Amino acid sequence: MRVNVVAFCCNWCSYAGADLAGTSRLVYPSNVKIIRVPCSCRVDEAFILRAFARGADGVIVCGCHIGDCHYATGNYHTRQRMESLFGLLAFMGMERERLRLEWISASEGAKFADTMAEFTAQVEKLGKNERYTGDCIKATDAEAAEGI
Amino acid sequence: MRIGVFVCHCGNNIKATVDAAYITERLRDDSSVVCSAEFPYLCAEGGQKLITEAIAEHNLTGVVICACSPRMHETTFRKAAAKAGLNPYRLEIANIREQCAWVHKNKEEATEKALSLAKAAIAKIKLSQPLFPGESRVTKRALVIGGGIAGIQAALDIAEAGFPVDLVEKSPSIGGKMAQLDKTFPTLDCSACILTPKMVDVASHEKINLHTYSEVEKVEGFVGSFTVTIRKKARSVDMTKCTGCGDCLAACPVKGKENRKAIYIPYAQAVPNVPAIDRESCLYFKNGKCKRCEKACQPKAIDFTQEDERITEGYGAIIAATGFEAIRLDAFGEYGYHANKDVITSLEFERIINASGPTGGKLVRPSDGSVPARISFIQCVGSRDATARGKPYCSKVCCMYTAKHAISAKEKHPEIDVEVFYIDVRTPGKNFEEFYRRAVEVYGVRYIKGQVGKVIGENGSLRIQAMDMLENGRYDAVTDLVVLAAAIEPSDSAKKVAQMLSSPIDANGFLSEAHPKLRPVESATAGIFLCGMCNGPKDIPETVAQASAAACKVIGLLVKDQLTTNPCTAKTDENNCSGCGLCAEVCPYGAVGVISHSTAVNAALCQGCGGCTVACPSGAMNLQGFSRAQIIAEVDALCG
Ligand SMILES: Cc1cc2nc3c(=O)[nH]c(=O)nc-3n(C[C@H](O)[C@H](O)[C@H](O)COP(=O)(O)OP(=O)(O)OC[C@H]3O[C@@H](n4cnc5c(N)ncnc54)[C@H](O)[C@@H]3O)c2cc1C
Repeated sequence: MRVNVVAFCCNWCSYAGADLAGTSRLVYPSNVKIIRVPCSCRVDEAFILRAFARGADGVIVCGCHIGDCHYATGNYHTRQRMESLFGLLAFMGMERERLRLEWISASEGAKFADTMAEFTAQVEKLGKNERYTGDCIKATDAEAAEGI
Repeated sequence: MRIGVFVCHCGNNIKATVDAAYITERLRDDSSVVCSAEFPYLCAEGGQKLITEAIAEHNLTGVVICACSPRMHETTFRKAAAKAGLNPYRLEIANIREQCAWVHKNKEEATEKALSLAKAAIAKIKLSQPLFPGESRVTKRALVIGGGIAGIQAALDIAEAGFPVDLVEKSPSIGGKMAQLDKTFPTLDCSACILTPKMVDVASHEKINLHTYSEVEKVEGFVGSFTVTIRKKARSVDMTKCTGCGDCLAACPVKGKENRKAIYIPYAQAVPNVPAIDRESCLYFKNGKCKRCEKACQPKAIDFTQEDERITEGYGAIIAATGFEAIRLDAFGEYGYHANKDVITSLEFERIINASGPTGGKLVRPSDGSVPARISFIQCVGSRDATARGKPYCSKVCCMYTAKHAISAKEKHPEIDVEVFYIDVRTPGKNFEEFYRRAVEVYGVRYIKGQVGKVIGENGSLRIQAMDMLENGRYDAVTDLVVLAAAIEPSDSAKKVAQMLSSPIDANGFLSEAHPKLRPVESATAGIFLCGMCNGPKDIPETVAQASAAACKVIGLLVKDQLTTNPCTAKTDENNCSGCGLCAEVCPYGAVGVISHSTAVNAALCQGCGGCTVACPSGAMNLQGFSRAQIIAEVDALCG
């Protein structure tokens, strides 16, 4: 079993943190694949749900630390939207541990590598995400209710 | 679409861990990929030529580069594409060096991942649109925050080039730490003698507008067009009337720290030479009674009713030069700094040996005013200390200023016995090693390799217990004055300033440069530059060099009339927009306007964060260059 992890990284902090992990040669699992976005607030819930539907086993959204957003207030919106998305995942009966929000600055290469290793291990423990892959509409009402 | 894919080896950096030939081959499976090639160094001239020629030969409408981070060479490759006639925004980079080759050990895994990343980039480029940058006007005025030697030098250089500069300094005088120093290593020229003329130049330069006792409160806008609010703190002295005679200082009955009066001028050569009232220690502000300074002031410059004043000004570029502080020593109880008057910091030692300092330059102990028979300098107090109380880095200037202090002490009183406790002596700099050797060989300063465990007060003297690592034994002796080389850290307001400027700081709180080697004076945020100690420990020559470099970058920006703007901005689809305005609410730049049941984005203001696109409930708002369809295509490619 090989899990697939998608990481959305903001250009200014977390993507730069990932670059620093690279220049410092800090090893982390190759399961993690990064999508660059200008700001974590660019990450639409639809992107995350789409990733789960297409077979991602874990999704992690990374942005600048609160107060340090390159666009001043972007990550406040991210924080708020992710909170409601966690609620939605629970409603769908999806393990909340498959999704994570993390603040990683441009100087935190080690934090980036450690977080990715730790999150991948966490997703591996949950195993493959089979419930909502393909056509997630198939979930029965009963299954959905269970997750509340 | 006709896509060309180019895979870089980066010498062995990529090739050793990612099978470049395999990727090059496999990407041809996509029917849109009409050409695919690998090359040792794509960023080199030959590599760029390969790309530009392929664009022409294959009539490419999209390019994917598999190489290092786009933060490294996106601009390089986009420029090359533009030269060959391809819209530069039809080029994407798959980061297979920082994200594959350098962080994964297993070649097969790294190769598979690199292939996925390349496929995601291809998926994204297929949905790309040609984008065209706009233009924005440059405000031809610069702001410098911090009036230490860094800020002073930067302001002078910019002003000399003919551009107006505002210099904001939070204390009543410019000069920073250098103004407190006695002499400077390694030449031992007097600090004031080389600094004061520059301070006077700043004050008298017609292009420099000096705001002392002031702080930056708010920064808005972007490169070329920042709007900044500066708070001029109430000085309680009218600068237009004050003659700097000093009668008020003599009249003030308050005696505070370092014998400072409530109305004070930080030091004799202060610029401007106008005192300020510290309202926290002033008797009139505390109890409503006194006003002796007002009575003493003949030109009637004292003004107790003065209030903070706010000014707002536009700037094209901003330099941060907020400098440093020595760390607080609360967590270093073993050195007895708070318990003994004769344990002082190196900066306090500078004041004691300084002719314009509190003792008039007499080298005496703070406790009883006697000349010490022995002085012990302790290095690395909090520097190179990875525990929570210390700093993991070397503070860089301490070895040299301690050698300077040791020589100064010996010059004043050759009979004083001077010892230095050190971990390593670091002297990389022009004439630095020679200077240190002089302290040892000519002046007879004793250097003891070892860390001090304890400093204890004992009958009016101090006892030092330490390890002598070269003599392989315990060191236990009595001394008269202990001087601590406290680690250097960024000034306490650096974080606040960095946040206002959206300029990243590093793990130790220093402002980060955009690239440690190639962009040492630029911040990651366009239009923001940095110099001096706010960026990391540095001596004066390095600070001055960095300040001039930052000034040079600012001048390069201010000579332009227009800047091209990032075309990756938000755009409304009027057909889907209901005009609800949720997008306008989240926009930090006021770039979205609601106009009769629809919205419009002002591309000159939009910085392209994409917050509005996610806030829009009907999907009418999209971000060019990072469109919904593009990101979903990337997701699908990575999850497929
Ligand atoms: C004990 C000691 C001895 C030294 N001796 C030598 C020597 O002999 N030779 C040598 O080359 N170097 C020496 N140095 C190093 C030297 O002091 C520094 O290189 C130099 O002072 C750095 O200048 P700066 O302008 O970056 O910082 P600073 O001198 O710290 O100046 C920063 C200025 O910015 C102001 N500021 C801070 N925050 C704000 C804000 N938010 N808004 C507005 N203003 C703000 C501060 O008030 C200050 O005026 C010594 C350092 C120490 C500690």
